[in-house]
Amino acid sequence: MSVLVFIDQAEGHIKKSSFEAASYGAKTAELSGTFAEAIVIGQMKDDLSELGKYGIKKVHAISNEALNNFDSKVYTTLIQQLVESTNANTVIFSNNTSGKSIAPRLSIRMKAGLVSGAVALPDITSGFIIKKSVFSGKAFANIKIHTEKKIITLNPNAFNIIKGNGVAEIVEFTTTLPAYSIEVTETNKIVGDVPLSEADIVISGGRGLKGPENWGLVTDLAKLLGAATACSRPVADIHWRPHHEHVGQTGLAIAPNLYIAIGISGAIQHLAGVNRSKTIVVINKDPEAPFFKAADYGIVGDAFEVVPKIIESIKKMKSLS
Amino acid sequence: MLPIIEDWWLFFNYNFTIMKILVCISKTPDTTAKIAFADNNTKFASDGVQWIINPYDEWYSLVRAIELKEADPTISIHLINVGGPESEPIIRKALALGGDEAIRINCDSNDSFNVASQIANVAKQGNYDLIFTGKETIDFNGSSIGGMLAELLDLPFVSHVTKFNIETNMAVIIREIDGGEETNKAAMPLVISCQKGMAEQRIPNMKGIMGARTKPLKVLDPVDVVSLTSIVSFDLPPAKAGVKLVSPENPEELVRLLHEEAKAI
Ligand SMILES: Cc1cc2nc3c(=O)[nH]c(=O)nc-3n(C[C@H](O)[C@H](O)[C@H](O)COP(=O)(O)OP(=O)(O)OC[C@H]3O[C@@H](n4cnc5c(N)ncnc54)[C@H](O)[C@@H]3O)c2cc1C
Ligand SMILES: Nc1ncnc2c1ncn2[C@@H]1O[C@H](COP(=O)(O)O)[C@@H](O)[C@H]1O
Repeated sequence: MSVLVFIDQAEGHIKKSSFEAASYGAKTAELSGTFAEAIVIGQMKDDLSELGKYGIKKVHAISNEALNNFDSKVYTTLIQQLVESTNANTVIFSNNTSGKSIAPRLSIRMKAGLVSGAVALPDITSGFIIKKSVFSGKAFANIKIHTEKKIITLNPNAFNIIKGNGVAEIVEFTTTLPAYSIEVTETNKIVGDVPLSEADIVISGGRGLKGPENWGLVTDLAKLLGAATACSRPVADIHWRPHHEHVGQTGLAIAPNLYIAIGISGAIQHLAGVNRSKTIVVINKDPEAPFFKAADYGIVGDAFEVVPKIIESIKKMKSLS
Repeated sequence: MLPIIEDWWLFFNYNFTIMKILVCISKTPDTTAKIAFADNNTKFASDGVQWIINPYDEWYSLVRAIELKEADPTISIHLINVGGPESEPIIRKALALGGDEAIRINCDSNDSFNVASQIANVAKQGNYDLIFTGKETIDFNGSSIGGMLAELLDLPFVSHVTKFNIETNMAVIIREIDGGEETNKAAMPLVISCQKGMAEQRIPNMKGIMGARTKPLKVLDPVDVVSLTSIVSFDLPPAKAGVKLVSPENPEELVRLLHEEAKAI
């Protein structure tokens, strides 16, 4: 009857979103009077007993180098086997590229209702109802799962990490390796940068920056704050910035703690990808720019004058503290 | 050791059969539509809403399928939609862009399992080599249909695909992963979910629009499926308090606010 959390990893390291999923899983378990366990697939470098701090009692590890290559079919088979052997009732994923590939498959195998993009703990006062983000962050839907088994994928940055002092027990789950249906022939990580989907702070630039040669403003500020960089769609389309930086309705949807938009007008399709950010700062020279309506803080001014001053001021603040 | 390709014998077939692609098309409100709810917040208020083909389905998945057909005219593209008669205009538009024929399963459901089961039921009989879906619908943001379909059909599934090619009967795929990308190789049949990078948006031309009128659009009754989930209600997020403007002469104040008030830096 336990809750099982899928811990996603990259090159042997647990992803930040998985700590959120672990915290969420532990709380969900608490609500229904049970405990949370975790499954980790692949050869890990991190110490898995640390997951205890996030409320996980037991970690089932399948430590096999070959499994560091992702295949939704293989991962689903392994998780299903563990679900059967632990009799888990609810399975939690992060709503990221891995979670989105595995959870729907697992839902079919377990005959479990799936809610993807959850933003809050389930409400179990009458049935099992989960609030999820819909209309690209413009609204929420409360979804009831009718089946006994349940699968939830949690939106990144939607649930705060809860950290205590527990130590998780680690057990190796031994099973035969299912056949791969996909061959991973190459992996390209954008090295040195913070992945956009996981970033706490995102600095984003739009067409107002006039050209790629001016992107130093964005990247300098990002470096200073340990932030990821993003851009509006036209900026990616005219190749000022790489495609993977494009946020919005048709790009990546993000929900960082802080989103700073520089020279972006704030079209509704752009907002759809960023409106779940906790704090939004807009720097735009046009006081009528629609983005100001969605912002928490704003400066009406020329980015080329304002941003360097902000950078100086942050440097000053950092040297003082 | 990897990969183990179980269906190696299919390679022989490919040289003799025509390749068939099934493109899943969903209908969503226009990206600028006002989001509001009716009937005590239990229904999307669709009055006056302009319906479009879900952008991921139209711009990326369908256009890529059309490009593959342009390179190899023997390919045939079937469109499928699970929806009521209101879906027909968007299906006709997809035919105008370049689909060969379409199937509409007459069923209006928000349960992913139901929708995926309806599509799988048709796909099972159609012998498709490739099934394309969008990464997600921009209204319910489920990102579930592709994976569910793959499981129902027992096929490999690659999500978040940004590039797709066929090389000597193998699919060569680039997909997005957190903070990067990955190249995958897989045998067909195969299900993929498509996103930006796959292709560029197109506008249907007059010839396409005229031709679409006479292309076959078959309407099928749904199969009986028990829904696993249902929508109880909708909420709108609380309104923002309003923007706090800081003078451009004094950006230090912004930094102070972000540090002390928002505790964001
Ligand atoms: C179906 C559909 C989907 C779309 N999906 C997306 C999406 O996913 N993401 C997305 O971003 N867009 C998307 N768009 C496009 C969107 O509608 C806007 O066109 C786009 O977001 C505008 O980009 P921008 O703000 O960079 O450029 P602009 O609209 O040109 O705005 C530039 C802004 O910079 C300001 N500016 C100029 N100079 C300065 C200066 N010196 N200092 C400060 N500010 C300055 C201007 O006042 C202006 O507000 C989509 C459109 C459609 C139709
Ligand atoms: N009603 C539908 N009819 C046909 N295809 C659909 C339908 N709903 C979703 N899809 C397909 O599945 C993809 C993902 O949808 P979803 O899982 O609902 O976010 C969409 O981009 C479509 O390609």
